Amino acid sequence: MSFVEYGDTIKDGDTAIVFLGHESMFPVKVQHGTVTQTKYGVIRHSTDLIGKKYGSKVTCSKGGWVFILHPTPELWTMNLPHRTQILYSTDISIITMMLELKPGSIVCESGTGSGSLSHALIRTVAPTGHLYTVEFHQQRAEKAREEFQEHGVEHLVTVTNQDVCKNGFGVSNIADAVFLDIPSPWEAIGHAKAALKAEGGRICSFSPCIEQVQRTCLAMEEYGFTEINTLEILLRVYNVRTISLQIPDLGKAAEDNSSTGFDSSNPSHQGSPCANLQQGTVQFKSGVPLREVVGHTGYLTFATKS
Amino acid sequence: AMEGGPGARIREGDCAVLKRDEVFKAVSVLRRRKIIFEKQWFYLDNAIGHIYGTTFEVTSGGNLQPKQEVEETTTETKEAGTDNRNIVDDGKSQKLTHDDIKALKDKGIKGQEIVQQLIENSTTFRDKTEFAQDKYIKKKKKKYEAVITIVKPSTRILSTMYYAREPGKINHLRYDTLAQMLTLGNVHAGTKMIVMETCAGLVLGAVMERMGGYGSIIQMYPGGGPVRAATSCFGFPKPFFDNLHEFPLSKVQSLLSGTFTTETLPADSEENALVEEESNGLSEEKQTSLQETEEEPATEAPMEINPTEEQDPMDINAEDVEFKENKEKENKENVREKQMKQWERRKKLKEAAALLREKNADGLIVASKFHPTPLLLSLLEFVAPSRPFVVYCQYKEPLLECYTKLRERGGVINLKLSETWLRNYQVLPDRSHPKLTMSGGGGYLLSGITVVLEKDKSDSSNSEALKMEEPSSKRCKLQDLPC
Repeated sequence: MSFVEYGDTIKDGDTAIVFLGHESMFPVKVQHGTVTQTKYGVIRHSTDLIGKKYGSKVTCSKGGWVFILHPTPELWTMNLPHRTQILYSTDISIITMMLELKPGSIVCESGTGSGSLSHALIRTVAPTGHLYTVEFHQQRAEKAREEFQEHGVEHLVTVTNQDVCKNGFGVSNIADAVFLDIPSPWEAIGHAKAALKAEGGRICSFSPCIEQVQRTCLAMEEYGFTEINTLEILLRVYNVRTISLQIPDLGKAAEDNSSTGFDSSNPSHQGSPCANLQQGTVQFKSGVPLREVVGHTGYLTFATKS
Repeated sequence: AMEGGPGARIREGDCAVLKRDEVFKAVSVLRRRKIIFEKQWFYLDNAIGHIYGTTFEVTSGGNLQPKQEVEETTTETKEAGTDNRNIVDDGKSQKLTHDDIKALKDKGIKGQEIVQQLIENSTTFRDKTEFAQDKYIKKKKKKYEAVITIVKPSTRILSTMYYAREPGKINHLRYDTLAQMLTLGNVHAGTKMIVMETCAGLVLGAVMERMGGYGSIIQMYPGGGPVRAATSCFGFPKPFFDNLHEFPLSKVQSLLSGTFTTETLPADSEENALVEEESNGLSEEKQTSLQETEEEPATEAPMEINPTEEQDPMDINAEDVEFKENKEKENKENVREKQMKQWERRKKLKEAAALLREKNADGLIVASKFHPTPLLLSLLEFVAPSRPFVVYCQYKEPLLECYTKLRERGGVINLKLSETWLRNYQVLPDRSHPKLTMSGGGGYLLSGITVVLEKDKSDSSNSEALKMEEPSSKRCKLQDLPC
């Protein structure tokens, strides 16, 4: 197992994802002799995990069960320990495509933060590309290095502990793409340009506030970037539900027993979709939006160096 | 493994994309081939050898010329007004007529100069606010200073282009939705992916780009063969196609039930039917005489030769023996070639079938005009457990049904029905706001992860289904019922 290569069976040292049901899951470091507590009971790594196929169902001590999943950057993003606010897969997806990343790409990123985007970038540029990620917080930089090691991707990434606005990415003229998620990205545009290949490349800056975006766009223009474009992307999830709506009682047109409109005793109404006329309800399937959704993450500004 | 990149040079034979502002068009780079793009005619000859990303101007002769960097004169403080309360739009503020402008263009005056002339001959220009002047200049520049950039194709460029130009060909799959699919499907190097799409090959190309030539892809296709028009635009190096396989949907059921055979290929059956029809029309005599001259009579050989003979009655009656001999040689070659091709096709089909039979694909991507449910229910059988799958549909309702059927089937978790909302912004000092138009919809996605499918459905699937739903306490009890 690694985050860039699928494995079939769970091995000692793997990071696996324990799935309990409806968006309830957590990562676990597989280790001989260890046990993991879940609300369904205990999972013994040596007997329940190691050697089992990924995707298997595991019954816990109390009788309930879970599924053990192979890690992916997307599952990691949903379950990683937050040390900073992170980027979610919706933004990560469009960033990856708009930066034209693929196997072999060289990417520069700052700040590393909790490593959510980093894992996704590493997965995309593997096996021949590389990620140079810069983090100015010493402990976060160290933690990121540890995680990349544990996840079997350390050969694809270099973590540098410095301030990108002052000292850049530590490399020059080699990157196909640069990504910035820092408080003052306009201060790093010059360094970004220097890190990018001479023939050109792509840049992306992520900022929650429009004022930051304005300053960044101006800086991009000043440094000769073209095709400057700002967008935002939001995810809308739908819950699939079978809905039952009651038929209101509108009474009868006349005092006698002749039927009008929706009448549960009239067999000619059998054709209506999902009608459950005995109980005076109609059923249908619907994609129901969530009550509360993410309304904003940040603005994404892309540009080209040519 | 990857060829080129931003530093790559434009070569003859490449598929390049022409870009002017937000408009794209894919073209083949061929010498002396007239191209029409954004109301301009030109040849691409002069572009060959330049780096991708170079911006060109179209000269009066229809040739491309790299655009020189021009210094914008912004230092002088322009005279400007404060608002538009006194500006009357009577259509008479521009003193240059259509003919005047045409005369300037015919004289070969550069676009920049024309814009300058328009500004000088506008009576209301100096009354406009600075912002309005800016907007006016941008608008005139867009019309008269035509610059074209030649960019290297990529998923970003091609998906944007297709969505703008030919959304019908890609089932209105908006580019951000495609981006989500690639990530949700964990498409990356070294995997074995199953792709089923009717998006002109755009989705296949996007998957191939993210796999970088590593791993393998089995493309499922309806009808006689896969459409890969968009795929060729990407300009992938030949080795990328070594591990691209295809398999007909019409054979999926037989493969799943174990009755698959390569004896009748989809395209084959059409050919054989045609050939059989024609040979039935010919007399026995002709068939036997042709057979005698054949050194290696194959069962299909006489049937293959006869159609050509039938089409040209002159030859059958020809006295010229040499002519007849040459014709027979040609027919023999045609037959051999056809046999070779058929043998090749059968071999490839067997390979693809073998790959599918392993039932260990690392992911499934579906984006087609067909109802998604039957596709998913059958193709998921070929995917290993703990692997992602994503299906795109232009409409939401079929995915509702798909979701329900998948729940009944079991063996999937983390089902999610979603769409993405995308908005572009104009960012200018004191003038930042979302752009005025946006896409009303980019399609829907249903994604999930496979798990080990248990044969014993009875109790477990029900409790699994309930487990996968929202806990009842979170929902309003009056209206909702779990599926």
